[in-house]
Amino acid sequence: MNQGQKKSAAKSSLRPGVLAKRALPWVVPILLLIVWQWSSSAGILPSRFLPSPRAVVSSFIELSASGELWMHVRVSTLRALAGFAVGGGLGLLLGLLTGSLHWAETLLDTTIQMVRNIPPLALIPLVILWFGIDESAKLFLVALGVFFPVYINTFHGIRSVDRGLLEMGRTYGLSGWALYREIILPGALPSILVGVRFSLGLMWVILIVAETISARSGIGYMTMNAREFMQTDVMVVGILLYAILGKLADLLAKALERYWLRWNPAYQTAR
Amino acid sequence: MPATFSSKEIAAADERCSRGVSVEIKSVSIALGGRTVLENFDVEISTGEFVAIVGRSGCGKSTLLRSVVGLETPQAGAITLGNVAEHNGKPDIRVMFQDSRLLPWRRILPNVMLGLDPALIPHARKVLAQVGLAERADDWPAALSGGQRQRVALARALVHDPNLLLLDEPLGSLDALTRIEMQQLIEDIWRNRGFTAMLVTHDVAEAVSLADRVILIEGGRVALDEVVNLPRPRTRGSARFAALEERILGRVLQRRSAF
Repeated sequence: MNQGQKKSAAKSSLRPGVLAKRALPWVVPILLLIVWQWSSSAGILPSRFLPSPRAVVSSFIELSASGELWMHVRVSTLRALAGFAVGGGLGLLLGLLTGSLHWAETLLDTTIQMVRNIPPLALIPLVILWFGIDESAKLFLVALGVFFPVYINTFHGIRSVDRGLLEMGRTYGLSGWALYREIILPGALPSILVGVRFSLGLMWVILIVAETISARSGIGYMTMNAREFMQTDVMVVGILLYAILGKLADLLAKALERYWLRWNPAYQTAR
Repeated sequence: MPATFSSKEIAAADERCSRGVSVEIKSVSIALGGRTVLENFDVEISTGEFVAIVGRSGCGKSTLLRSVVGLETPQAGAITLGNVAEHNGKPDIRVMFQDSRLLPWRRILPNVMLGLDPALIPHARKVLAQVGLAERADDWPAALSGGQRQRVALARALVHDPNLLLLDEPLGSLDALTRIEMQQLIEDIWRNRGFTAMLVTHDVAEAVSLADRVILIEGGRVALDEVVNLPRPRTRGSARFAALEERILGRVLQRRSAF
């Protein structure tokens, strides 16, 4: 009984502690928001410089009610995903190829490593020359940027598969596709997913730049268009949207890791 | 965890009893990275025999085992497996390594089923029960202890009903108690199935308690080939056991004192 009392006492004293720990990361953002709102309404922060949080919220509501916002979000998301599918898919394929076959590595890796050192955004003048300000220009830039993290991590993942497991697999008669499916791919998967997660972040960064430079729709276009009319509230809505979409992409990557790597104690969620 | 079954139960549970193959290793020479590991090495192992190979680290005992299963290729000599015709031309050889080498991304049952027809799931469950882990079939390998993982590795080897089982220090990383349990388990299953077994070990007591014959490798050659003429199951406390262990251990250490 004495022990039970102690236990419940410990529990009740623990509760506020846990709550405080949960709340702690949000103290600074909320404080910043309060200071921001206060300085806007006090007139210290002119709205042509930075709109008040309230103005941002009302502009968000207005834009989403008219459907304009969702149209831009949809266009940007489709662009991002299409670029990711093309670039990530190619990176995965080539990474699997150069990781598995030595002649493919000898043939391709030097070239890929050279191209990798060119920042994709440095190609913008050329890309505009090649594709105009068409959809394909943005697709190309995103695909190019996303390609390298997926490629490098896939290559590295394949190369670092446990030799002992490969040896074991061979003594159990696995070869070719069976060896690939049972041992090589699952062994490389943690590394591939690191590449995917990195790419998803990069995907938005490149798309933002591409859309602000040349586009007729999308979040970047909306933001740049707002600049023409000094609509700072719309600009902030656009910027915040990127933050949210980036966070969503990261959550997706994390969910994939938790599902595919659930065998790994490091990724198991507490039960 | 003790083995929760008798040898009779094992025999009853497994209708697919197999016979071993003989192994003939003739004038085999192997060099690894420019260093000669085995030189003109000769050993014959008869059908169903349990042979233990001992020797100091780096004497080539693991290399010998690996060359039998084809993981190393001898520069000279030949390794021939007998009664090949009886086993449809290709005898089944399985290896148990020092680390379990389970696939961490497969649950226990699929690990045992590696490279096997899905129709054999009931058989795999039966073998898993033989090693005392039937109730862990759906766990991840990461959830098992080292000893349990080695038992899964043993089940994975046994499910193929091998003609030759190669044991490359499979108990080296286990604690003393688990080790003795595993030795009993391996002995029971070997006696019931009658496969040929080659065990590489550092532990002379382990070699004496399990093997029909203990072979000491030194300088790339057979330095000692001792028949263990003790009735099974063997008791470690017996005077004859201790004397034999002492003699082999003395011979293993002899070379070191000469240096």
